[in-house]
Amino acid sequence: MASLWEYANPRKFMTVSAAILPWVWGLAAVCLVGGLVWGFFFTPDDFRQGSTVKIIYVHVPSAIMAVNAWFMMLVTSLIWLIRRHHVSALAAKAAAPVGMVFTLIALATGAIWGQPMWGTWWEWDPRLTSFLILFLFYLGYMALWEAVDNPDAAADLTSVLCLVGSVFAVISRYALVFWNQGLHQGATLSLDAEQNIADVFWYPLITALAGFGFLFLALVLYRTRTEIRARRLKALIAQERMA
Amino acid sequence: MLGLLKRDLALAVRAGGGFGLSLAFFLIFATLVPFGVGPQTQVLQTIAPGILWLGALLACLLSLDRIFQLDWEDGTLDLLATAPVPLEGVAAMKALSHWITTGLPLVLAAPVLGLLLNLPLPAYPWLVASLALGTPALSAIGTFGAALTVGIKRGGLLLSLLVLPLYVPTLIFGALAVIRGAEGQDATTPLILLAGITLGALAILPFAAAAALRINLR
Repeated sequence: MASLWEYANPRKFMTVSAAILPWVWGLAAVCLVGGLVWGFFFTPDDFRQGSTVKIIYVHVPSAIMAVNAWFMMLVTSLIWLIRRHHVSALAAKAAAPVGMVFTLIALATGAIWGQPMWGTWWEWDPRLTSFLILFLFYLGYMALWEAVDNPDAAADLTSVLCLVGSVFAVISRYALVFWNQGLHQGATLSLDAEQNIADVFWYPLITALAGFGFLFLALVLYRTRTEIRARRLKALIAQERMA
Repeated sequence: MLGLLKRDLALAVRAGGGFGLSLAFFLIFATLVPFGVGPQTQVLQTIAPGILWLGALLACLLSLDRIFQLDWEDGTLDLLATAPVPLEGVAAMKALSHWITTGLPLVLAAPVLGLLLNLPLPAYPWLVASLALGTPALSAIGTFGAALTVGIKRGGLLLSLLVLPLYVPTLIFGALAVIRGAEGQDATTPLILLAGITLGALAILPFAAAAALRINLR
């Protein structure tokens, strides 16, 4: 085990990711099916919210992964800017659409949950609004990737945008708290709480969360492999033309 | 750097520079709002702070692609990049000249438009103060966005998509200061937070803009 950076070599990355990808897919499937089936069918209804509470097993994990996906893009962008590993830049590119879809899922399930509970599909609540803004950040990031032709320049520009965007996303989050009172409840899960929710809900939720995490990992690995292959193909075509 | 500022200002003021365009846009925007929501003074009074801030923001946005585009096309930007002036300084001067040609006129014109939209009297000082404190942030953020998209043909729409989410905190605090002022409350807190965002943007974004320019000029 020499160093973590060994896996930044595309060839090495392809070998390792090909080896672990089936396992990650398998874990994702087991945790997702297990957690969701457990949550949907084998937990009691909430005494106030009835069975609508069960959407939590999709809503909370996807919301957590939506934020973490951006955080992962921030880290990989930094690695690209500092160490110039192409795999890192491609991983950031691969993670963006996945994170965007998680953001959409969180917004959609939130709307479906909010309708019976709050009596409204949408409310200009800080949490909801900041997710909408996060969605816009994902859109801008992906649009910039598409717009720049030179792949290295695109990676550089999107990385810079990701850094600046992260700062402004955090500022927006707290500006929104200042702007409007929230309807949304507090955080469901936090690391420093003694007990977050009753154990009957907690175990399936954690399982579903792990499932979403593995699903994200699998999708990002898969998409990164696709990007690497696309890059190789482009290089081959360019070589053909030269010859 | 001062020479660069003078040059940009001269180019903006003289023919084809589009100096008054964003101001005219601001005026038209404020004029169109009553057509959209109706002429009831009560309604206009409530939405005037938000409308004025939105108008200023959009007027800033529309003039962003001029910041680097012309210099990029005729090669001035390459010369500036190889000049002894640091590119960070160039970016800061570009933001400053953008602010002088668009932000400052907006600040000065806003009270008149506030009159048109029936803005309550106590809100006027807060309107001018919040625009004066907030528009530099708009220019700095916009310069960063313009630097990111300078190499892209027809990048105007992309530029808006990138820049508008970054404008959120500035807009929130700026409009909030005017709203509180209109309600006769003390608006110092949002104003201070707005000033904080502006100072932070001025400190960080010229470096980010210069980094983006270097990538685009490679």
